[in-house]
Amino acid sequence: MVASHGLTGMLGEDGIHVDMNHLKSGEVNLGTSIMAINFKDGVILGADSRTTTGAYIANRVTDKLTQVHDTIWCCRSGSAADTQAVADIVSYHLNMYSIVNNEAPSTQVAAALFQELCYENKDMLSAGIIIAGYDPRHGGQVYSIPLGGSLHKQSYSIGGSGSTYIYGYCDANWRENMTEEEGIKFVRGALREAIKWDGSSGGVIRLVVLTANGAQRHLYLPDTDYTGPGVTR
Amino acid sequence: MTSIGTGYDLSNSVFSPDGRNFQVEYAVKAVENGGTAVGIRCKDGVVLAVEKIITSKLLKPGANKRISTVDRHVGIVSAGLAPDGRHFVSRARDEASSWRGVYKGPIPISALANRLGSYVQAYTLYSSVRPFGVTSIVGGWDSEAELAVDGQVGSGPQSGAGGKVKGAKSGGPGLYMIEPSGLYWGYYGAATGKGRQAAKAELEKLDLASEKLSLHDAVKEAARIIYVAHEDNKDKEFELEMSWISSLDGPTKGRHEEVPKELLEEAERAAKRALEGDDEEDEEGAKGSERMEE
Repeated sequence: MVASHGLTGMLGEDGIHVDMNHLKSGEVNLGTSIMAINFKDGVILGADSRTTTGAYIANRVTDKLTQVHDTIWCCRSGSAADTQAVADIVSYHLNMYSIVNNEAPSTQVAAALFQELCYENKDMLSAGIIIAGYDPRHGGQVYSIPLGGSLHKQSYSIGGSGSTYIYGYCDANWRENMTEEEGIKFVRGALREAIKWDGSSGGVIRLVVLTANGAQRHLYLPDTDYTGPGVTR
Repeated sequence: MTSIGTGYDLSNSVFSPDGRNFQVEYAVKAVENGGTAVGIRCKDGVVLAVEKIITSKLLKPGANKRISTVDRHVGIVSAGLAPDGRHFVSRARDEASSWRGVYKGPIPISALANRLGSYVQAYTLYSSVRPFGVTSIVGGWDSEAELAVDGQVGSGPQSGAGGKVKGAKSGGPGLYMIEPSGLYWGYYGAATGKGRQAAKAELEKLDLASEKLSLHDAVKEAARIIYVAHEDNKDKEFELEMSWISSLDGPTKGRHEEVPKELLEEAERAAKRALEGDDEEDEEGAKGSERMEE
């Protein structure tokens, strides 16, 4: 039994708890802080930028916010290779969907595809993904798919190793229907704390704001205590 | 029976020199002998109706349904060869189920019609098969509510999702008719089977494009149209079968269901009355023309 746990890399020594830190040898980990929130006009995604292989920082300016359709994005945590592969597959399917059905896919469709992949291949994947998307009919939506492949609709979601440090911060500061400015401040503030306390999170803070106007990227650098430069493109 | 003909109609997928596919045209003939079927699309729902010819007094009234449910929000009625219709419905159910398997939600009516159109078309291509002997009317309702992913847990903000655009396209009625060639169009009102010409003439009078007809009135019109279409085939007894799909706040809550017995009977009574009224008018008209004569 113990050997099989070692092979799948999913369960810890007790056979109950999921071992988030177990990776195949040489695998790149996104020991991460990610989050996504609903706000008045849509959704905001946020992430730190640290990628590690053990104690070594393999990349200090990683982009963990990945586009899978025009206004459907995801935050990736867990194995970099696994989550990139999953996002690529979902991106392909959403692209096909929009061509075949002559209509942009809803966030639900993206969430369903992510879940199918994460659940059916749970033994082989270490992927914790947050999906956030905007469409004119449903507005902004946030879905979370943690390790086992379950699907949770949330008003906001936090994930990755750094998220454990900011449950209190988020609970205390979260409000529904925030303005864009307030939403950005909330996400930036939360990730700043996560980076501060979590050893495997760090680098810059990246944000994506999804509204009726499309996707807009923001960047916040540690040099200025994460106050700027702000909108990048 | 002994004539040889041109030979261009002996196998599927063979074109005649003037670009026709005779096997498909023969399939259309099979449809033209079937009981009349109609579909009406209105703003708050869709009605399907069919004239079921009674071929034997030994058949149990109300049994042997000709309208089928494909998914909870879609129904199909066919005219033509009943077994072909049943196979077609079976395929439609597979398509709806497969969509649910992948996207964890109900298949849009337009997407279902598209897939069924492709399926039927494939049966015109190969010599090992024959085309479908049915023309099918697919009616359904795409939910106007915020769709959940099947099996999801939790909900978004209590205040609702932010950034929704008012008037963004969201659900509504869908009505499509698929022919033996695989051709399909979306319709406000669709008719097929023996009495289709009379039925189409009646449907055109309804001005369905203006979307003023209510679902309840559409049920009565559908019943009346089936009765009108049956006028040219009076020697045969028939049974009227009707189903409907309403909006979420309507009587069927977005589901495809049989029209309730009371409403069906009410619609049949109204249909019979309307026909008798027509006859009287005709008689009066005849008298009038007599009077005008000089």
